[in-house]
Amino acid sequence: MARKGIREYDAKRMLATALTGYDGRVALVGPGEDLRKKAEEYPWLKTEKLVAKPDQLFGKRGKNGLICLNKGLEETAAWINERMNKEVTLLSGVKGVLTHFIVEVFTPFDADTREYYLSLDLDVNGDILRLSNSGGIDVEEYMGDENKFVEVMLNGDKAFDPQDVDAAVKKLFPANHHASVHRFIKETYSHFVAGGYTLLEINPFVVLGDGRAQPLDMVAKVDDTAAFETRKMWGDNLEFPAAFGEHLTPAEEFVRELDSKTGASLKLRILNPKGRVWNMVAGGGASVIYADTVCDLGFANELAMYGEYSGNPDTNNTYLYAKTVLEQMTAEKDPQGRPKFLLLGGGIANFTDVAKTFTGIIMAMQELAEKMKEVDVRVFVRRAGPNYKEGLIKLKAAGQRLGIPIEVHGPETHMTQIVADALLRK
Amino acid sequence: MSRPSYQLFDKNTTALIYGMQTAAVQRMLDFDFACRRAKPSVSALINPGSEGYEKIFWGTKEILLPVFPDIASAAKACPESDVLINFASYRSAYPTTLEAMAIPQLRTLVIIAEGVPERRARHLRGLAREKGINIIGPATVGGIKAGVFRIANTGGTIENIVSSKLHRPGSVGFVSKSGGMSNESYNVIAQCTDGVNEGIAIGGDAFPCSTLLDHLLRFQDNPDIKMMVCLGEVGGEEEYRIAEAIASGRITKPVVAWVTGTSLEHLPQGVQFGHAGAKADVKRETAPAKNEALRKAGAIVPESFNDYGKAIKDTFDKLVAEGKHTPIADVEPQNVPMDFKSAVALKMVRRPTNFICTITDDAGDELNYAGHKISKVISENYSIGDVLSLLWFRERLPKWATDFLEMVIKLTADHGPAVSGAHNAIVTARAGRDLMSAVASGILTIGPRFGGAVAGAAVMFKDAYDRKLNAVQFIDEKKKQNVNVQGIGHRIKSLRNPDMRVVLLKKYADEHFPQHPLLDFALEVEQVTTQKKDTLILNVDGAIGVLCVDMMYACGFSERRVQDVVDAGALNGLFLLGRTIGMVGHFMDQHRLKAPLYRHPWDDILYDLPADAE
Repeated sequence: MARKGIREYDAKRMLATALTGYDGRVALVGPGEDLRKKAEEYPWLKTEKLVAKPDQLFGKRGKNGLICLNKGLEETAAWINERMNKEVTLLSGVKGVLTHFIVEVFTPFDADTREYYLSLDLDVNGDILRLSNSGGIDVEEYMGDENKFVEVMLNGDKAFDPQDVDAAVKKLFPANHHASVHRFIKETYSHFVAGGYTLLEINPFVVLGDGRAQPLDMVAKVDDTAAFETRKMWGDNLEFPAAFGEHLTPAEEFVRELDSKTGASLKLRILNPKGRVWNMVAGGGASVIYADTVCDLGFANELAMYGEYSGNPDTNNTYLYAKTVLEQMTAEKDPQGRPKFLLLGGGIANFTDVAKTFTGIIMAMQELAEKMKEVDVRVFVRRAGPNYKEGLIKLKAAGQRLGIPIEVHGPETHMTQIVADALLRK
Repeated sequence: MSRPSYQLFDKNTTALIYGMQTAAVQRMLDFDFACRRAKPSVSALINPGSEGYEKIFWGTKEILLPVFPDIASAAKACPESDVLINFASYRSAYPTTLEAMAIPQLRTLVIIAEGVPERRARHLRGLAREKGINIIGPATVGGIKAGVFRIANTGGTIENIVSSKLHRPGSVGFVSKSGGMSNESYNVIAQCTDGVNEGIAIGGDAFPCSTLLDHLLRFQDNPDIKMMVCLGEVGGEEEYRIAEAIASGRITKPVVAWVTGTSLEHLPQGVQFGHAGAKADVKRETAPAKNEALRKAGAIVPESFNDYGKAIKDTFDKLVAEGKHTPIADVEPQNVPMDFKSAVALKMVRRPTNFICTITDDAGDELNYAGHKISKVISENYSIGDVLSLLWFRERLPKWATDFLEMVIKLTADHGPAVSGAHNAIVTARAGRDLMSAVASGILTIGPRFGGAVAGAAVMFKDAYDRKLNAVQFIDEKKKQNVNVQGIGHRIKSLRNPDMRVVLLKKYADEHFPQHPLLDFALEVEQVTTQKKDTLILNVDGAIGVLCVDMMYACGFSERRVQDVVDAGALNGLFLLGRTIGMVGHFMDQHRLKAPLYRHPWDDILYDLPADAE
């Protein structure tokens, strides 16, 4: 439930349906695919000069030397193949494997063609339109220079009024481009509103000699909760790739799948698989506080995961979630033989049935009891809410039955006390 | 009912509930009852497209709450209700809230759904400001006005409500994004102060319709609230506006504030906390930066969450010490009866049952027939006779007996369309009635004259045999009583032209029954009766009846148990069961043939009525 980046390929493909004079000739090459084979589906690949660049939610591709400009099919395909599945380190220091490339028609323009900038941002008070006549990677430098960079607040809930942007367009752009830029803004903005976007950045776009405005480089984020309203535009399978360099482990992928299929919330990010502190916390708010407390006590480098389960997940989903966490936790022993800590934390639930969720956790503990003992897992529990007494009693009994050290606490204990209990007690 | 704008709820506030959230409604009414509210805080439910009433407990009694098909008609019927708690899904939360905003009477709306598109939430937020409507949410559990009004599930169980002193107003205003952390904080506040006056969870979305500051300003204006507690979160700039309000003097009451998410800087980029809004793209939005800004402005900001309770306590104690506040006394809540189900789960009550069942158990993991799990019944290939013996006699009888039972079912499965059972089933089927009606009408003909002689024969023969009468004595006795011997006699069959079914039964008994004394007795009786008329043979009903008795003895049933089965007339069940197969068949047959309505020909009826009475 959040803002998700989408591929430039998808953004351009969708924008083309809204823009006059932009044909959206783009193709995406993924791992194991060859651009030459795509030529059957996209005949223009054979006839046009092409641009290729990685399409994995990172920018400044030119500066990183990751653009292939103005080449034919064969050369472009070779360029991609050379880089596919290779690890690169960006100038920002982020490391990742190249897996997806966008290929599009090269737009030739004269050396004196100006690069323009447009961005739209879903903000709390309206949609912020930012325009600049000095687009390109250094555009941010012109912020504050009112002859080069203008910000306009659009009221996203009312119909677009051309007058709102009139002054800005007149101020920034040459007269022969006014009409083109105007139309470009209007069409892009209605697309932004209808498409569930939270961010659309086109940097740069150019106005060609015939007046057609062309987006050259795009970044887009959408609000994934809008999926049910935008299905027509997004299709059924709009991809939300992970950030570049961020690789979801199979366990994280599994939990993400699980989360997407339930009304409850289940989250897992492995931060440090060798860490000894595993916070499996109930509640979006409480989970943050437990992470804070672990760091406050100086154990940030031992924090193995961020995760939370909330919204009254059923027993089976809680079981699957807990099992996934426990499998990760017990994958290997601490090299120095120190114990690991499973912190089953949580506040006082409003309506989540604590006994039910604990039943799922007990099922997972039973299944992994031997491994838990092998890696010396110690369990600390703090939870309250509907049926918490029953849940705590059952969990404690299960720990004793299975021979796993366990301490349980209810609302009489401060919520994060168990963190200190686990980490500081000698 | 007019009240100051800082007061969203008072003791007379009533709400409409959108969605059939009866558990939440029950929690609200339990809270009301514990607080001794004069009347329930829910006036009606809205269930799109349907209407009626819903039963809810009010203390120990049940009351009916009306259910309306749409918001407008509910509002019209409950003109005093100015709150709508909207449980619509993330898909319909937006349109239903718009609908509610068009009804001037509704002043406070709560949107529970998580996953409302940001653009929609923002629109609702803007519109609410324009119209001066209060919206709490989306993505929230709601909030609570202690001792006054509870939104939906806020505060959890009634035990927690009482232990967190939420059943009577305290003097602390609380606001946070998180519903779970609100509840946690109510408990902390109850331990450190005289309790919460009002607590609101604004929801974890990026664009909550009301903000932390909106509620803090209300708390500032509310003279009953002496101090405030605010739990913020990494992401967004809301806390800076709170800092400004404190610095500018708009907020003068003490504010204990803590912004969570201080650990974000230790975590890899791109980690998304559970709440959609909880991410910081710029330094300004981080938790440490916001905590610092609040501290600077004059808020009381602890060093870490561990000291959160202490900061609250110190602040409260200071108010008391300075004579600015006298702690509010505790009040005993009115006892809320526990739900029977919960009491049972906690082993606190018991009650005698009204039903007993000793043959089947469907309450466990797996269906179970008289101690035999259904998986075993199937995997070990139990026969129909085995299943029948389990359910009728509560034990698995030996194979010769269960084969006998199956044989009876096969023999009695049908006897052509002319007998009364099949005839009725056919006539009913042809009248266009359904299977149940057709079979039932056939079954209703089973009795002493048709099919039902099995039990009767068992009773009579067993009685005579037990009294050690010989065949002649038995027949004489029945003659004197002017009673026909059940199980004796056939329309056309005789000793020389025997009924094949009886022949088969006798053969089976000779070959497989350990002994069959009652059959032997019945055959002696047959010898006597056939001397009078050669069709007075032991018929199929009689043979089944006496053999069943022989079977039960041979299986080791006690005298009493056998007599019980016989007296209950239960043996007719064999005929009933067998013949049902045939009657279903006749129904299907008529259906297949598309047989039209049957009308008996009038020329086949003797009409014998008095002549016209002039």
